[in-house]
Amino acid sequence: MVHVSGATGALVSIPALLRRNAREYGNQTAYREKEFGIWQSWTWAETEAEIDAMASGLMALGLAPGDYVAIIGRNRPALYWSMVAVQMAGAIPVPLYQDAVADEMAYVLDHCGARFVIAADQEQVDKVIEVQDRVHGIEQIVYLDARGLRKYDHGKLHALSDVIAEGRAAHERFAKALAGIEASLDYDSTCVMLYTSGTTGRPKGVVLSNRNIIESAKNSVEFDKLTVGEEVLAYLPMAWVGDFIFSIGQAYWAAFCVNCPESPDTMLTDLREIGPTYFFAPPRVFESQLTTVMIRMEDASRLKKGLFDRFMAVAKRVGPDILDGKSVSAWDRFQYGLGNILIYGPLKNTMGMSRIRVGYTAGEAIGPEIFQFYRSLGINLKQLYGQTEASVFITVQPDGEVRADTVGVPAPGTEIRIDASGEVFYRSPGVFVEYYKNPESTAKTKDADGWVATGDAGFIEPDTGHLRIIDRAKDVAKMSDGALFAPKYVENKLKFYPNILEAVVFGAARDRCCAFINIDLNAVGSWAERNNIAYSSYQELAQHPSVYEMIREHVEEVNRSVAEDEMLSGCQVHRFLILHKELDADDGEMTRTRKVRRAVVGEKFDDLVTALYDGSDSVYTETEVTYEDGRKGKIKATLRVADAKVVPVATRPIAEAAE
Amino acid sequence: MLDASEGYVTPDGRQIGGVMMEMRNITLRFGGVVAIKDISFDIREGEIRAIIGPNGAGKSSMLNVISGFYNPQEGEVWFRGAKRPPMKPFQVARQGIARTFQNIALFEGMTVLDNVMTGRLTQMRSSIWAQALWWGSAEREETENRAHVERVIDFLEIQSIRKTPVGRLPYGLKKRVELARALAAEPKLLLLDEPMAGMNVEEKEDMSRFILDVNDEFGTTIALIEHDMGVVMDLSDRVVVMDYGKKIGDGTPDEVRKNQAVIDAYLGVAHD
Repeated sequence: MVHVSGATGALVSIPALLRRNAREYGNQTAYREKEFGIWQSWTWAETEAEIDAMASGLMALGLAPGDYVAIIGRNRPALYWSMVAVQMAGAIPVPLYQDAVADEMAYVLDHCGARFVIAADQEQVDKVIEVQDRVHGIEQIVYLDARGLRKYDHGKLHALSDVIAEGRAAHERFAKALAGIEASLDYDSTCVMLYTSGTTGRPKGVVLSNRNIIESAKNSVEFDKLTVGEEVLAYLPMAWVGDFIFSIGQAYWAAFCVNCPESPDTMLTDLREIGPTYFFAPPRVFESQLTTVMIRMEDASRLKKGLFDRFMAVAKRVGPDILDGKSVSAWDRFQYGLGNILIYGPLKNTMGMSRIRVGYTAGEAIGPEIFQFYRSLGINLKQLYGQTEASVFITVQPDGEVRADTVGVPAPGTEIRIDASGEVFYRSPGVFVEYYKNPESTAKTKDADGWVATGDAGFIEPDTGHLRIIDRAKDVAKMSDGALFAPKYVENKLKFYPNILEAVVFGAARDRCCAFINIDLNAVGSWAERNNIAYSSYQELAQHPSVYEMIREHVEEVNRSVAEDEMLSGCQVHRFLILHKELDADDGEMTRTRKVRRAVVGEKFDDLVTALYDGSDSVYTETEVTYEDGRKGKIKATLRVADAKVVPVATRPIAEAAE
Repeated sequence: MLDASEGYVTPDGRQIGGVMMEMRNITLRFGGVVAIKDISFDIREGEIRAIIGPNGAGKSSMLNVISGFYNPQEGEVWFRGAKRPPMKPFQVARQGIARTFQNIALFEGMTVLDNVMTGRLTQMRSSIWAQALWWGSAEREETENRAHVERVIDFLEIQSIRKTPVGRLPYGLKKRVELARALAAEPKLLLLDEPMAGMNVEEKEDMSRFILDVNDEFGTTIALIEHDMGVVMDLSDRVVVMDYGKKIGDGTPDEVRKNQAVIDAYLGVAHD
């Protein structure tokens, strides 16, 4: 456990934590990054030296206290350091989503009035230069990777390595000013500003103070007993609050090691090599890993497949109980132990999850079957429920009280209440200061007593005290016959099938529910190969009659399961179609954290929604798409619309009896 | 604009040096077939030089003459101010000329890393016995070569397939691996035989970027054959146009575009 030492000032800022770590854990590894095929590492002492030099260098370039500095790039130690260096200089780091197209970036750069931009590479520098005709505040651009930038006008453009070298040389000149600024940082100073992707409207800049970040980090580190020996893999967008809390907040509080992958594509290999002890991933990552495992098992020899099925059944039955320390018969324990040697151990090793002590998933509801799969392997995967506005933590699941259908109990220091309409409110030390330059939104979200509206509908289970989230409050609606409509509930059930990547269910104020389906190209492609189905494009595969048949079976299975829930049995899917393109953040159909923007999708594919409800068998559509470089194009397609059997709700008791 | 020794400055501000390689009146025959007829042109230091022409114009044969695979019956090849005697391809490679092939020529069963490592073979000095036993200088050499290869892998962004057998890769990536192997040899002159053939738009854009970056980052002189006119005109500093084994045009992309003989060759006019 970490002990607060009061020797040189209180730990009320990230730079203060850095000093403590460099002093007390100087020789511990703080960062690792794989470069040129080898893991390079930096100790806390080396990290401190780098960040000091960077802070002086930025001051030499003219960075002043109170400035906003945009930081754009993938997870790399130097970019994490730059955030702390910016704080040291009294400025405020604003990490941006690196995959944002120039237009989105322009809005945020303009809104925060960034004077400095620290960009990872040529791609990001190009975007920043491109938006400069609209955004005028940017004075200096610092880049990390020089490749391709040699010929650029270096009037306002600097290599980070040069800035650091300059900082080393000029250290004496700025040491005093920096020390003064650092001493003035307190719990109320802004630690970071993060833009929420927002499923509706423009992004909002969430201002988080040192108190927010450090208190949240401290509470959560204590809650899960994280130590200086943890290893995490930093691969989630740096602009996302989760990454900031895990890779900076908790990492600095507990002084553990942050590992950065070699490239985004090598994440799974790097995960295997590092074997993190503390791991965070959105449901999507767990889903896609499970899909990969299942695809590979389909191709495995009969013996292996048989063993896998046999032992996974055992794991499913007793694995979660063993993990929770409940009593399990000796015979089951023996079988599970054998399974661990033959199947679970090697499988966990392949997935890079052998050493995970604490694993979290959040951001979206995870399919119960996916959740149970990992738990049954003995991976302590838990759920938490959080928001940028809360510095992540609202509720968390304590060890031994983990369930798929709840998001846990209030996090330490957090109070929860549910208002009359069912919306969840919370109050905690992590509650954000304000939305930057947006007092109306701040007032709408946070009241005078510090209670924040989550926008999610949920309830607290009376006997366990666990919070259950039903859906986004604004998405939960009534169907035309008054039945409750909770699209996410059905979509999550659909998305459990490896073949279904994404689903969007419609039904608010309608007489029945219908759905858009996105197939998972990996899973369906491999299925097509096994079944000798030829296709030349995503579109052709998506529209193949056999694919429709397979998806129809999935939908009907989901309908049977939905019919069992008394409250939501009206949400069965009557008709569906398979979309001709993947929903994509570049087209505005999803947020950068890959949540479906329901309203945008409904509006954009209005013709398809109409076809779902007017009974036609097929529909012709043209869709505008945005390529990665920001150019636009059109996809034309004729989509089939298919019916799915539903379970008549009146006969529900019979359906139950039949099972 | 073209001074024999001084070089020139490109529209985007790159300084192009003096003549690196000069082909003087090259004629190449296969029995009675004349593949290349009396062609002369030069390639300058730091330049991206394209050879274009319709199918069967003799472009690949020309590249094979440069790489030493064919020895022309007539004419002289001058490299860095010296006349080059007839040479074996490996001797040419030692001079600092590396190439990629039109039909990918990689070791399909070997990993990407091993394939790229073969590009370093010309740099290996230790004996086959020392290498087999992993002894003495062989070990140090391998470490150095691996370090260099890793830089190339990083440069071409193929880290994620480092350990993947080449046979399992899609076409576009194989092309990139081939480029990696050529780059691993640290060539002065890089010959690319249709680097973008069979690629989709996005892959072509990636490959163009890599070619420009190679030229920019390492100062490598590049000679390439390509069919995609858009790509050629965007990438290259000067273009040689061939048709039926003869040179029908030579100059900057703009000059070539306006050349009537070139237009005729591409649009097709009656030949005698």
